[in-house]
Amino acid sequence: MKPRAFAYHAPASVPEALALLAEHSHDAKVLAGGQSLVPLLNFRMSAPEHLIDVNRLPGLDTVVREAGGWRIPALVRQRTVERSLELAAAFPLLPAALAQVAHPQIRNRGTVCGSVAHGDPAAELPTVLTALGATMHVASTRGVRAVPADDFFLFHFTTALEPDELLVGVTLADLPPGTATGFAEFATRNGDFALAAVAGVVHRDDDGVVRSARLVAAGVAGTPVRLAAAEAALVGSALTPAALVAAQHAARGEVDPSGDIHAPGAYRKQLVGVLTRRVLTGLTRQGGVARAGEHGR
Amino acid sequence: MPENTVGEDTHRITTTVNGVTQESVVDSRLSLADFLRHRLRLTGTHVGCEHGVCGACTVHLDGAAVRSCLMFAVQADGHTVDTVEGLANGDELSPLQESFARHHALQCGFCTSGFLMSAAEALREGPVDTPERAREVLSGNLCRCTGYAGLVSAVVEASDGGEGRG
Ligand SMILES: Cc1cc2nc3c(=O)[nH]c(=O)nc-3n(C[C@H](O)[C@H](O)[C@H](O)COP(=O)(O)OP(=O)(O)OC[C@H]3O[C@@H](n4cnc5c(N)ncnc54)[C@H](O)[C@@H]3O)c2cc1C
Ligand code: FES
Ligand code: FES
Repeated sequence: MKPRAFAYHAPASVPEALALLAEHSHDAKVLAGGQSLVPLLNFRMSAPEHLIDVNRLPGLDTVVREAGGWRIPALVRQRTVERSLELAAAFPLLPAALAQVAHPQIRNRGTVCGSVAHGDPAAELPTVLTALGATMHVASTRGVRAVPADDFFLFHFTTALEPDELLVGVTLADLPPGTATGFAEFATRNGDFALAAVAGVVHRDDDGVVRSARLVAAGVAGTPVRLAAAEAALVGSALTPAALVAAQHAARGEVDPSGDIHAPGAYRKQLVGVLTRRVLTGLTRQGGVARAGEHGR
Repeated sequence: MPENTVGEDTHRITTTVNGVTQESVVDSRLSLADFLRHRLRLTGTHVGCEHGVCGACTVHLDGAAVRSCLMFAVQADGHTVDTVEGLANGDELSPLQESFARHHALQCGFCTSGFLMSAAEALREGPVDTPERAREVLSGNLCRCTGYAGLVSAVVEASDGGEGRG
């Protein structure tokens, strides 16, 4: 299958890209890694009149250390993040999740921002970035705005991005000392989308008592889902076996996934509980506060 | 087939394919895979699914393994592309290719060029010296004939031989 004919634009600067987006908005699509968009074009499930290829925008292909955190600009490939020792040290969740995203041949092209903009509810990166409390930076000729991850994902393949907007980057604040993180996924084959996945970011005080927790599930609704009841079950606990069981039950109880050809809803519901428990068990094995402290910078 | 070079949205591109500079005029929607096969007649790169899943179209773009069905030829302007035709040195197969032959890692051969290009990149990055690691490396490509045992042995042996010339 071949895509419908389109006009191809390769802007050489962000302002030029934004001007093209403003001019063509509803008739245009941004082309980043192409690993989600081109299959849709080839199937003609998407048939934009204009493709705005952002791959030639300068200076957006490396991660940047900023005061208090990191920036992942629009053209940073998933493979670049997975190989960054500095990012892995700051956010071990990123390489852990990226290892489950498709295959190296896809990650060599696919961008982090492309996955975020695509908003597939079964995708790993939106879920992990929500758990890490990332901020999405969005630009258009109308200006620049910052959208917290919690407000960015709206529905299946639908985000807060307007048709004339470009996601220029994602920023992540350094995790405070005492933060431990974990990721667990179940997929039927290596590299498949998750039947369900859970990302956890848990902050403990010096006595090992959980002060705050963010648990987010993929693959069970139209967006990444905060597991608020499971989070509440953890706060104030010392990640004891009883607290882990309580969180597992809470997580299972607060999702209501629908079934599809890949797995029935009840199975996914069960998985969310099990994966939550696995993430939390992994955190207790991170040697408590000392090891977890390494995640802060 | 988007083969015509006339029309409103065409582009002049310069690519280096297997070391040879190519000047071409392409339609926007011509995929890199079709460009290689139909224009340059490099038919070693195969097209199976055209949505990134089977891996038959895998080539190297600036040294990195990518799906040529998920890129447009116009995007390769100014870049280097290497295909399976570039693996052998004249009539002399690369150690990886020889290992494939020795281990019967192919039957019909449809998937073979993609597997070779994926494995060549992985071997260049580091050893693939256990069956587990080999399975991981091979998991992004599909074969519908041989079963994967021969492929796994071939890649492990090529890695033990210390070479995976890409
Ligand atoms: C075989 C295969 C398996 C895969 N498996 C997985 C998997 O297991 N898990 C997973 O998460 N993903 C998977 N993917 C998808 C992959 O991760 C994509 O790379 C990712 O979803 C999109 O990133 P991209 O850079 O390729 O974006 P593109 O495909 O270029 O774009 C995707 C969408 O986002 C928009 N967009 C992209 N960048 C921007 C931007 N900067 N600003 C505004 N809009 C933008 C585009 O217009 C388009 O609508 C798979 C893909 C393939 C082909
Ligand atoms: S033809 Fe490109 S991955 Fe199948
Ligand atoms: S040898 Fe026939 S598909 Fe692999």
